[in-house]
Amino acid sequence: MAVSSEELGNTGTLKYPSRIRLPYTWHAGKAGSRFYQEIKDHCKIWGTKCPRCGWVYVPPRETCPRCFLDIDEWVEVGDAGTLLTYTITRYSVPGIQPHEPPYALGIIKLDGAGSGLVHLLGEIEPEDIRVGMRVQAVFREVREGNYLDIKYFKPLRS
Amino acid sequence: MDEVAIIGVAQTRYQRDNPASHAEMAYEVTRKALEDAGLTIDDIDNTVTVCNDFWDGRTISCMTITEATGSHKVPTTNVEGDGTYGALMGAMRLLSGLHEVTLVVAQSKVSEGIPAVITNAMFDPVYERSLGLDAINSSALQMRRYMSKYGITEEQCAKVSVKNHKNAKSNPYAHMPLDITVDDVLKSRVLADPIKLLDTSPVSDGACAIIMAVDEVAKKRYSKPVWIRGIGHCADAYHLGDRDLAEVDALVSAARRAYSMAGIQDPVREIDVAEVYDAFSYMELMWMEGLGFCGRGEGGAMIDSGMTGMNGALPVNPSGGVLSAHPVQAAGLARIAEAVLQLRGKADARQVEGATVALAHGIEGACGQGHCVFVLGR
Ligand SMILES: [Zn+2]
Repeated sequence: MAVSSEELGNTGTLKYPSRIRLPYTWHAGKAGSRFYQEIKDHCKIWGTKCPRCGWVYVPPRETCPRCFLDIDEWVEVGDAGTLLTYTITRYSVPGIQPHEPPYALGIIKLDGAGSGLVHLLGEIEPEDIRVGMRVQAVFREVREGNYLDIKYFKPLRS
Repeated sequence: MDEVAIIGVAQTRYQRDNPASHAEMAYEVTRKALEDAGLTIDDIDNTVTVCNDFWDGRTISCMTITEATGSHKVPTTNVEGDGTYGALMGAMRLLSGLHEVTLVVAQSKVSEGIPAVITNAMFDPVYERSLGLDAINSSALQMRRYMSKYGITEEQCAKVSVKNHKNAKSNPYAHMPLDITVDDVLKSRVLADPIKLLDTSPVSDGACAIIMAVDEVAKKRYSKPVWIRGIGHCADAYHLGDRDLAEVDALVSAARRAYSMAGIQDPVREIDVAEVYDAFSYMELMWMEGLGFCGRGEGGAMIDSGMTGMNGALPVNPSGGVLSAHPVQAAGLARIAEAVLQLRGKADARQVEGATVALAHGIEGACGQGHCVFVLGR
């Protein structure tokens, strides 16, 4: 059967639409596993602390990327912290987004942590979000041992 | 160092929905680069391709273009990264003493996939990927951090977009030549605050190739070849939260290495033209700082001064930059190709008069995690 002129379009070439399906399972590693266990079982956020530079990593790391040293000290960090930066995602990408846009994301420096945690922001209107504001983790009622067990960070009212 | 010269360059016109296949685009630039260098495929003794399987939608994508790049009977390697890293690999091949003439080919058909889904896969699947992070909203986090730390304004970022889209009007390869105002940028649709549509680069298909040769070949065949004077590259931490996103430590380090090799002490005075990887408007300001063209936090003041405009002391992105054409894998290699045209005095309407030292810059990873800097001269 001949290819129709409609299929060829105005460039005279065909397009071949398809889809890549790629099931995959990732290991969270020792540090990631304990991080998620603490969140799931106790609603606590834990990090690891480098013996040399003292930097506390959240999510936890087994090696300090700055010092290239093994880390075995675990420390609990606060569930509250300071917002370093944020954005409101206003475009839709089916399949990858946790919520219908618009939704807010930020990087939060938890109290006692050295690194920032990228996460969702909630219970706040986009126009009220400010760099430097205090926010606190809200945990899901039913937790499954994944990143979204923290539902989002909400403004911390003093 | 005058040990490796760039003797041929070629680009496709960048456009959305280029009807050519991957291999057809790779063939087009391979043939044109050979023509530009006055060589035949038999003169090429090794090739480097720059393919990324996710962007290309196939596994071991580089192996699908060996015929198109004439490389199925010579040593060929793929670099999965920005095109500047392909050029880096090509130069190292020649410096190894094993080869004399290297062909580097990079191509991207960005319009064939869904960029946000592909860039989402940059992020750690165990952690941040589930937040729907992609190139745009992760860069928005960086732009906001940069603005709030250094008092950079959205207007200053918008000026980069206005300048580069205007420059693109003089570049026949550019995808998005536009006459726009700062107001147009500020009023364009907000994608991820503070990033608006006109702060972003377009979805571009296209390819770029360069041919490099060792000094003996270059000196014998060409009267005034363009030399690679210095190369530097460096990467920062992977997790966004491990970096201060307003800082450019990896670029500072990459630039220092490239300048040291090239003997450059005062980049603003010694470099005549720069082509940098401005995937978003604010990035050009940050990269100016990292390249030492101004102090930390002074990128905004630099664009205000007009210094990086076509008539300024150091024109940046006369081609229109990545904001005006973003064929992902090829975008950094296109910076090198444009720098070569400038040094040859063959950049036509976008020529910076009398350019003898040029800088080309590429990035890879989220928010400019890695940087590669080339200093070229003749
Ligand atoms: Zn350390």
